[in-house]
Amino acid sequence: MFDAVFIGLSVGSIMLLVALGLAITYGAMGVINMAHGEMVMLGAYTAVMAKIWLGLGLLASIPLAFIVSAGAGLLIERVIVARLYGRLLDTLLATWGVAILLQQAIRLSFGLAFFGITIQGLGTDLRTVQTPEFLHGVIAVGSYEFNAYRTFVIAFTVIVTVVTWWIMYKTSLGMRVRAIMRNPDMASACGIDVARVNALTFAYGSGLAGIAGVMIAGLESVFPDMGTPKVVEAFLVVVTGGVGSLGGTVLAAGILGQITGIASALTNDILARAIVFGIVILIIIWKPKGLFSYRGR
Amino acid sequence: MQMNRRKFIVGSTVAVGGIAATALITKRTATKDTVQVGSIFSLTGGLSITEKTMADATRMAIAEINAKGGVLGKQIELILEDGASDPKTYNEKASKLVLQDKVQSVFACYTSASRKAVLPVFERRGSLLFYPTFYEGYECSKNVIYTGAVPNQQLSNYIPWLVKKQGKKKFFIVGSNYLFPREMAKVSKSLIEQNGAQWIADEYLELGYSQWASMVSKIKNSGCDAVISNVVGDSLIAFYKEFRNQGLTHDKVPICSTVTSEVEVAAMGPEYAAGSFTSFPYFQSIDTPRNRDFVQRYRAFVKDPQAVTHDPLHSSYFQVYLWKAAVEKARDFSADAIRAAIGGLSYDAPGGTVTINAENLHTAHTPRIAQWQADGSGKIVNQFPGPVQPLPYSAYGETEGNLYCTVSGLDTAKLPK
Repeated sequence: MFDAVFIGLSVGSIMLLVALGLAITYGAMGVINMAHGEMVMLGAYTAVMAKIWLGLGLLASIPLAFIVSAGAGLLIERVIVARLYGRLLDTLLATWGVAILLQQAIRLSFGLAFFGITIQGLGTDLRTVQTPEFLHGVIAVGSYEFNAYRTFVIAFTVIVTVVTWWIMYKTSLGMRVRAIMRNPDMASACGIDVARVNALTFAYGSGLAGIAGVMIAGLESVFPDMGTPKVVEAFLVVVTGGVGSLGGTVLAAGILGQITGIASALTNDILARAIVFGIVILIIIWKPKGLFSYRGR
Repeated sequence: MQMNRRKFIVGSTVAVGGIAATALITKRTATKDTVQVGSIFSLTGGLSITEKTMADATRMAIAEINAKGGVLGKQIELILEDGASDPKTYNEKASKLVLQDKVQSVFACYTSASRKAVLPVFERRGSLLFYPTFYEGYECSKNVIYTGAVPNQQLSNYIPWLVKKQGKKKFFIVGSNYLFPREMAKVSKSLIEQNGAQWIADEYLELGYSQWASMVSKIKNSGCDAVISNVVGDSLIAFYKEFRNQGLTHDKVPICSTVTSEVEVAAMGPEYAAGSFTSFPYFQSIDTPRNRDFVQRYRAFVKDPQAVTHDPLHSSYFQVYLWKAAVEKARDFSADAIRAAIGGLSYDAPGGTVTINAENLHTAHTPRIAQWQADGSGKIVNQFPGPVQPLPYSAYGETEGNLYCTVSGLDTAKLPK
């Protein structure tokens, strides 16, 4: 049982890392960013490239991945999303297009593959990122054994969540973001530069996805399509938690993680997936706005 | 616009005529001195990692044959199509090759999904498909020459060896959730029971899903002493990583795979696989002059001194030579003549002699077991004394003395109800 709870915590923490960024862009800005999974993928590839070209390990590539994904997010927001606010379906389609573009850009080495040039680290191959030596194996505490890397991911997720909460609730930037969430027109009338704050928020959310990418790269293989299944899980978390609620997102990730962990320990992984989807459907029927929500824009 | 019957007929006649005319104009016809063959592998998409190398091996075999004067005095012209990792595209490309280019022989497909997608095209038009991948069996088409292994060839030597030589008694069977792993599990279970060991679980994870934490935890707590893995694709790498990260080691509980090849081991980082086993007819490390020469030639051909060779690549290569031998025996390029001639033909492939079984058109291979080393190579720890005959229906009780799939087709009466 202890194993199942720990695994649930670990699964939940990875879901949360991806979902945090989405909770901000989708929750706060009302933008369904289909390219969010590709921000995760960019983060993972940053770790791969940092190892090959700069000799940096997994931990050192975390800030780099944040910068790369945040930069890409900023570009997407400025060039595409900023022109489409309030047009939910159009943003969905446009960001989906961006997602496909990004996948192909990695696959084709930004188009250089057409000229027979390949960049080492890019392309269609499966890549892996080595985790630091001290995070291999297990940490034994009494009769319990903790998987070292998963413990690290859980701890790291806690830190990132606390930092995000602090930014959102304790800084003036966060206050402006929350004001825009409630009512963008009123916020604008109060002198908040909505366009600038939106761009920063989007970049921050994307940067978080980049960090998630590095964490996932230590567990799984890295390849151009890797973001797609991650973003599906993240949407489940955000929708269950309630759009625009940071606390709801954290709680939903915890609940869905535990359900996955316990259900797969009691039955099997295939059934556990179905159970998770079933429970999410029930929650949405029961509370269409998610577990925690308040009226926003 | 109102569409009456007459207009429709006129319109569609013009349309059909137009399509036919375009086809006539664009159709490349084989000249007197060349013969066309087709090939479909995914050059793009998720499966291109492996399939590209199979396309390269096919091109290499054809280039070698052409350099030595071709077949029956004709140069071989390869029409290589991109299957784009998508079974539907595979079907379209197969139709294009068979209907428009009118090729008689096609070297194609990696996954079973793509093979099933192209099969109707070949069966309807009577062309021949050369299929180079190890697969789950349960197929008996007269339009396919199967040059990869079937379950009995990967398992009939493997499991007795694990039980008797490695002393393994309790097996945990794990796979990706689709046809191939489930059929492999069936054969594994019966072999485990026949050898006096037991299997304690048979579990699956969704294809392409990489959340291995609870499965590995189950393996850890199950008390098994070996894991039979039929896990495929990117999910496989996450599995080996999670296995080690939860503190399991291959010297106590080895992963015994039927899928993990040189390609995956290189991708995951050899330290995660070191000590685990795989059963295949071919490994890059086969230490014969013929194979060393093959690896050298392949590396030169793809201009990559680090390139690895693996089992489906090996079959992709030698099946072109088997095709050549059949054409030369029949003195004819037609599919029917090749099918009639290829049964019983042997070829000294880089990995050893392979023979096409005249009854079921599958290939007799010599099974080998390799243990992965820290440098990423597979050290061959066991080799069957001779080739093992292919039994595509071994999961359903087929034996060498009682074949279900013969020249006259599949005897459905023998299949369990």
